[in-house]
Amino acid sequence: MSDIDKATVAKIARLSRIKIEEDKLEPLAGELNQILGWVEQLDEVNTDNVEPMASVVEAKLRWRKDEITDGDKQQSVLKNAPRGEYGFFAVPKVIE
Amino acid sequence: MTDLTKLKIAEARKLLDNGDLTSRELTEAHIEAVESFTDLNAYVATTFDQALVMADAADTRIKAGESNGMTGIPVGIKDLFATKGVHTQAFSHILDGFKPEYESTVTQNLWDDGAVMLGKLNMDEFAMGSSNETSYYGPVKNPWRATGSNSDFVPGGSSGGSVSSVAGFAAMGATASDTGGSIRQPASFTGTFGIKPTYGRCSRYGMVAFASSLDQAGTITRDVRDGAIMLESISGFDAKDSTSVEMAVPNFEAALTGDIRGMKIGIPKEYHLDGMPAEIEALWEKGKNLLKDAGAEIVDISLPHTKYALPTYYIVAPAEASSNLSRYDGVRYGLRVTPDEGGLPAMYEATRAAGFGDEVKRRIMIGTYVLSAGYYDAYYLKAQRVRQLIANDFKKVFAEVDAILTPTAPSAAFAFGEKADDPLAMYLNDVFTVPASLAGLPGSSVPAGLDSNGLPLGLQILGKPWDEETVFKVSGVLEEAVGFTAEPAIWWR
Repeated sequence: MSDIDKATVAKIARLSRIKIEEDKLEPLAGELNQILGWVEQLDEVNTDNVEPMASVVEAKLRWRKDEITDGDKQQSVLKNAPRGEYGFFAVPKVIE
Repeated sequence: MTDLTKLKIAEARKLLDNGDLTSRELTEAHIEAVESFTDLNAYVATTFDQALVMADAADTRIKAGESNGMTGIPVGIKDLFATKGVHTQAFSHILDGFKPEYESTVTQNLWDDGAVMLGKLNMDEFAMGSSNETSYYGPVKNPWRATGSNSDFVPGGSSGGSVSSVAGFAAMGATASDTGGSIRQPASFTGTFGIKPTYGRCSRYGMVAFASSLDQAGTITRDVRDGAIMLESISGFDAKDSTSVEMAVPNFEAALTGDIRGMKIGIPKEYHLDGMPAEIEALWEKGKNLLKDAGAEIVDISLPHTKYALPTYYIVAPAEASSNLSRYDGVRYGLRVTPDEGGLPAMYEATRAAGFGDEVKRRIMIGTYVLSAGYYDAYYLKAQRVRQLIANDFKKVFAEVDAILTPTAPSAAFAFGEKADDPLAMYLNDVFTVPASLAGLPGSSVPAGLDSNGLPLGLQILGKPWDEETVFKVSGVLEEAVGFTAEPAIWWR
């Protein structure tokens, strides 16, 4: 089932927002196919009528009052930003 | 003079409380030990000034009679726990320069109890690895060397710095984290005691996320009692983590009664692997007999879906990682790489290409693939269903037995580079630890012997959800019966 080619790797890289150089696509395809080929042994397992398990904690998510519990931390939030200007995160121009 | 760095936490506790030792003396001895430990590359950032301030505060507190288990005890912190104003990068290039503005709950709990921070410890990048070789800052060395050899071995991973510092007398204890075996496997490789509690026992607030449904904090110490003391300190409900469970933390040390008479210990037949070293089989057999001699009843059990745990893990964990690690985009913290052209999308792609190492990229891409349209059902949902079956296996056997005994890892520590080029061979390190991680169960690794090369091997004890007490109790009996007293020769000081 797993037949990842260069084009698929390029697509996954794009979805992952990781730039992959052209000459790395082929080796990566090999690695991903090897790993995915190995995980496909799960197909042997009969999982009819088995619910997917998303969490080991059976407890329901807790509710709390919808009120402000924290805040006023603009300086702290921006402290580690590569670029922060006028109280905002600054990024390269998006709209011309 | 006795070497203060060789004291265990419980031993130091007594001396501190009796006034025979101050935390300042203990801390100064450890600072010296950390300074002479640089060749092992376990610490990336040290906080000695802060440590001395904390030690003095601890001494004041001890004098006032307000100490508890961890007061005045110098510890190391795995780099994925946020420590305010101190290096926190999960050993990734992409978090370059990141110094959090807040403290993780696990470390805050330690400081509230009066523990002393020595510094931040090396690990596999984002905890993705089993040998500490994926760290952006280079690998950690295992303090243990094979008999008659000067070659270096991996400490295991991902908590490589944690185990190396504790085994090498450069910390009395260390925090660690376990997603698929990152506490237990490295503990086995270094002759230390590692405990991963039940998922939900420790808060994940301020822990750099890898796979949120699996990540759980724990500790590395030199014996079981120290593990009980330190785990109790870091545990507890925290409203800031939605998966933290509201449940009282027992006195884990009180569980060390030494009495396992009548307890049922399960031996899962599926953990006998083809090609597993005979020494490991023999060690397992020895552990089984020791527990039997201590009065436990040995029960053969079956966990039929064991062989599917690793492939399940390598879908679930990368899927969650691809989502969690999407936050590293060069905008809010850490590294930013801005190409001349291409605007914002190019910045994202260049930053992430430069910031993540190969193993992290590989896992993000696998995760992205298995979550993508057309593959989600076949891979991700399938894995979640198998995960349920694996959890059901445990549920069933825990109706019959109190604890399970297995080897911790299928080998002793290996040489650098031995498995680094083969992801699948590396993944197999976690074959015995991953199933319990998927089921959220508590588990420990107890030092149980040396292999023919003189390298340590551990045995794993697994317990029921929320029953760390039984894990400690059985671990304590096994430790006592094994009488593991070996130490690595100190070649680095």
